Amino acid sequence: MIISIASGKGGTGKTTVATNLAAVAGIAVYADCDVEEPNGHIFLQPDIEKRVTVNSLVPRVDHDRCNGCGACGEACRFNALAVLPKGVMVFDELCHSCGGCLLACPEQAIREEPRPIGEIEIGSAGVLPFIHGRLSVGEAMSPPLIRAVLEQLPTDGTPAILDAPPGTSCPAVATVQGSDACLMVTEPTPFGLHDLKLAVDMVRALGVPFGVVLNRDGAGDDRVDEWCREEGIPILARIPDSRPLAEAYSRGRLAVWELPELAGLFQDLWHSALSLVGSVVEVKRCAN
Amino acid sequence: MKLAISSSGTTLDDAVDPRFGRAMNFLVFDTDSGDLQVIENRQNLNAPQGAGIQSGQLVAGTGAKAVITGNCGPKAFQVLGAAGIKVFVKVEGTVRQAIADWKAGKLTAADGANVEGHWM
Amino acid sequence: MRELTVISGKGGTGKTSLVAAMASLAPSVVCADCDVDAADLHLLLAPEVRERHDFEGGLTASIDPDVCCVCGSCFDLCRFGAVEQANGLFSIDPHRCEGCGVCHDHCPTEAISLERETAGQWFVSDTRVGPMVHARLGIAQENSGKLVSKVRERARQVAEDRGLDLVLVDGSPGIGCPVIASITGADQVLAVTEPTVSGLHDLERVLQLAAGFKVPVSVCVNKTDLNPEMARKIVERAGEAGAPCVGEIPFDREVTAAMIAGKTLVEHGASPAAEAMRKIWDRISG
Repeated sequence: MIISIASGKGGTGKTTVATNLAAVAGIAVYADCDVEEPNGHIFLQPDIEKRVTVNSLVPRVDHDRCNGCGACGEACRFNALAVLPKGVMVFDELCHSCGGCLLACPEQAIREEPRPIGEIEIGSAGVLPFIHGRLSVGEAMSPPLIRAVLEQLPTDGTPAILDAPPGTSCPAVATVQGSDACLMVTEPTPFGLHDLKLAVDMVRALGVPFGVVLNRDGAGDDRVDEWCREEGIPILARIPDSRPLAEAYSRGRLAVWELPELAGLFQDLWHSALSLVGSVVEVKRCAN
Repeated sequence: MKLAISSSGTTLDDAVDPRFGRAMNFLVFDTDSGDLQVIENRQNLNAPQGAGIQSGQLVAGTGAKAVITGNCGPKAFQVLGAAGIKVFVKVEGTVRQAIADWKAGKLTAADGANVEGHWM
Repeated sequence: MRELTVISGKGGTGKTSLVAAMASLAPSVVCADCDVDAADLHLLLAPEVRERHDFEGGLTASIDPDVCCVCGSCFDLCRFGAVEQANGLFSIDPHRCEGCGVCHDHCPTEAISLERETAGQWFVSDTRVGPMVHARLGIAQENSGKLVSKVRERARQVAEDRGLDLVLVDGSPGIGCPVIASITGADQVLAVTEPTVSGLHDLERVLQLAAGFKVPVSVCVNKTDLNPEMARKIVERAGEAGAPCVGEIPFDREVTAAMIAGKTLVEHGASPAAEAMRKIWDRISG
């Protein structure tokens, strides 16, 4: 059972929601899939037990076997290979590790080598199992590392809470696709509403049941509320616009520890999230 | 020897294309025989990535020993360097003028890319 | 003509609000909204679109069920889990398809076609503060870096054509391909952060990224009074990393009020945050 926490806009409170849900959920696993800027560890303070380097695979050509036919270059849709008179040049940073060049080579002159793109850390925060990925600075593509994090999820039915990256393109998609329900975190402002619509289009396209969490409720206007009502999208929780909450966040402190009165809100949200699983998703486009 | 000049057109009187990776065409001029060959580079105009690499590969395949262009990015420069091809950048005007300037030794070979790569 | 890119590492620190305010103050500017998968700058600048262009992305494969012999080669070869099997039939999940073409190249019955789709659109517009180049990446699309490059390239061209001095780029959060595509070749980078542990952590990573591009970086702290001690720590760390602080902006509800009114903060009247943004603009442009 996988519950992803996403948003279109950055900074709406995904990590706040994901980490606090993980803290009150009872039996669950927390996985930080925002591998470019993982923050969950700040709040959950896990003990890291295992650190694994994650590699992508890049082709290396054995020039003794290479006959210069150029089939590898032709096969590569990412233009990562330049077939020159003196040999084949590989541009690792463009390679998507699809294996097409190996398959195309008639001389079997290409083998693959691992190239590190980041690491995964696995541990626990008390009784809560914790996983996160950290993309190496300078690496462009996060989905391969996100997939590596997802491979660590339990297969015994323990619910997993995924902290997704912001946005609506490949990193967010790699995290949310295949989850059983998604909580869309937003704020009651024009940017929040605009990006929520984009994110809802994404999650509908992926066929994942979802609900909205309205963070900083009261800080803006009621257009998000209105729109959710028009669309029939449930607002599963409203986190109040609260200076003490913002300050606790700024100190890297979990809301449910600093402000225990919020524990009930997150517990209810967890139950609502679990209830979303198995509901039907209507696939339609938002007016934008 | 052969010179490859990026161009938006197909004749010596057309302009040098300021782009290398996404140049419309490469005019390959044989300085010994005076022959001119037009190599289309259309397929790279909209390449999602690696246009410089592919253009470099294309030019290397023509046997050209020097490239004359406006801007050359880092990946293209790497490919051309690996193929032993000299690169002359920031060249403007017609292809004819560029060739004349090269013959007169007025152009200086670049020692690196003169623009950042586009992503990618 | 120079190019200033505004990034943040962490999302939600106030990049777009600051970019809009600076665009109001800059006498000669082209705006480029490079946060292509969650673009918001247009909500403040109200662009009138003059040009619309399609953006082509990567390839997507699809299987013709009438030609497919159900051998499962594609399923075995696909490294991205994009080939699905249901009711004895194979199909491709377009959201997982990486566009590598391996399935297409090895299908014994040529049942697989590869299509290049329109992945989004980009626009050249006029606004009350100057021209603006912006984009919308399609739902669940890839190649955001390429679209960012397109937007920047066009913005620079517009600046040259119209004799404008500054290209002001609103970047995206994170450190991945759209951010890399926003920084490469910029003349100056401004990182907007917030005084939180998360903000500091994310800033350090984005500063590390920017350092690799050898472009001068400065930092500003937004919502600074939320945690003055953290703000101080950030300014210190950034300074150590060679990124001087060009200003601090207090938390101010006028930022949201201006957003709701569809105005940039400096258009919305006097406020402590507007004043702070003016000061940052003066330092950055001076």
